[in-house]
Amino acid sequence: MFFPEHLENLHSIGEAFALALQLVLSGDPDLLEIVALSLRVSLTATAVACLIGLPIGALVAISRFRGRTIVLVVMNALMGLPPVVVGLLVYLHLSRSGPLGFLGLLYTPTAMIIAQTILIAPIVAALSRQVLEDLHAEYAEQFRSLCLTRGQAVAALLWDARYSLLTVGLAGFGRAVAEVGAVIIVGGNIDHLTRVMTTAIALETSKGDLALALALGVVLLAISLSVNAAVQTLRLTATRQAYV
Amino acid sequence: MSDAVTLTPPSTVDDRTNGLILPLRVRDLVLRLGEAPVLDGLNLDLGPTGCTMVMGPNGSGKSLLLKLLHGLAQPTSGQIVWGEHTAADVTARQALVFQKPVLLRRSVAANLDFVLRMRGKNRGRRDALLDHVGLAHKANQPARLLSGGEAQRLALARALATDPEVLFLDEPTASLDPASVMAIEQIVSDARLRGVRIIFVTHDLGQARRMANDVVFLHRGRLAEHTAASEFFPEPQSQAARDYLSGRIVV
Ligand SMILES: Nc1ncnc2c1ncn2[C@@H]1O[C@H](COP(=O)(O)OP(=O)(O)OP(=O)(O)O)[C@@H](O)[C@H]1O
Ligand SMILES: [Mg+2]
Repeated sequence: MFFPEHLENLHSIGEAFALALQLVLSGDPDLLEIVALSLRVSLTATAVACLIGLPIGALVAISRFRGRTIVLVVMNALMGLPPVVVGLLVYLHLSRSGPLGFLGLLYTPTAMIIAQTILIAPIVAALSRQVLEDLHAEYAEQFRSLCLTRGQAVAALLWDARYSLLTVGLAGFGRAVAEVGAVIIVGGNIDHLTRVMTTAIALETSKGDLALALALGVVLLAISLSVNAAVQTLRLTATRQAYV
Repeated sequence: MSDAVTLTPPSTVDDRTNGLILPLRVRDLVLRLGEAPVLDGLNLDLGPTGCTMVMGPNGSGKSLLLKLLHGLAQPTSGQIVWGEHTAADVTARQALVFQKPVLLRRSVAANLDFVLRMRGKNRGRRDALLDHVGLAHKANQPARLLSGGEAQRLALARALATDPEVLFLDEPTASLDPASVMAIEQIVSDARLRGVRIIFVTHDLGQARRMANDVVFLHRGRLAEHTAASEFFPEPQSQAARDYLSGRIVV
């Protein structure tokens, strides 16, 4: 009886869509909780990744040392870390028998933040290195003429590159909030504890609860689009004011 | 900009050297970039005051000489002695207006604020400096949208903001209109009267005549001659300078 079943499927997808919209529009508490946790985890990871990645990027950008080319290759390679591998490595360290198992962090939001930080810190470092190196090439001689200290020079570079660096941060956030491989391994997708948008979508879809999955998908899509719109707006603003 | 930056004692750079940084003595200066030397065995003595014009055809090494004297680059061999100091030790007491000025991605006023703050100068001087170079009405515009001539003027204001004892100018009026050229020359002359030692690269013969006390003429990386202005213009010593002044191409 293929035909009726097919119809029924179509029917249920339509129903799921309606339900999904209703969930989003009514501000369903479960949905909000998942979205809030997603944002908390990924924003925190982005902030920490910037704290780690920006200084590294800046340092490599303005320094000349032996083996610098190797450092650059490694930084660029780390940008493409597969989320599941990062998840696995963090899992091995945080699991009860692992070296950091005593911290009891596995299956907590903190574990998810750690995994996402490891995932995007190289992105922030590598992209900001490129941005700052180009600017440094332009400013270096003038700065030497002005006898700026290294700290003064770095501060000025970071400030003048602020628009580009913001887009670097947004790129990191975009990757963090959309990845599923790392957070599902170290977070475990536990309801009310470590369930974020991507893991919930994966789970609810496999369970057949399409409404929640679709609703979360809509929210995730909206966030991704907003991030991209923000990047574009920043670029435009910066260009108009000749800050790039 | 973090406040920590403003708190770093600005005097450290200036305290590094005391005493006079003039006269300047250059001995057997050689700079090699790649195969051929771009500066080849320069000997030069510059007195403590006045305005020295550095002239010579394109590519003769004028800009590179200024960078070496200012301590921005290391010569391959030879000596540069400012008073009793090396070039690198006195960079902070000099200012260089580059041939292609590099301005920060900030407003015109913020470009001056930056230098005044970094060098521990009185920030109240900013408006006077802008006025001095005729940019007061552009204070809040992005510096990188300035015209070529306006950018040169901002670069000059920035150089003056550091209260240099020696001011290097690398073709600072190359893209200015005649009135602005006069204004810049007036500013530079004022600085010279205040005791600032001026070292000025130009291709503008009229300007050289108006400003020079003495002329350093470079040709293919060598010092063709160093002559007082009163002699150089009527009667240059070297064939290269004679050709240059009469408009014949010498490269
Ligand atoms: N980084 C570099 N590497 C190799 N050669 C260089 C470099 N910088 C400058 N040169 C060469 O050195 C020579 C002198 O350059 P410099 O900029 O001092 O000339 P200039 O006298 O200032 O010329 P202009 O009147 O055009 O400004 C030129 O032939 C130039 O090509
Ligand atoms: Mg030049």
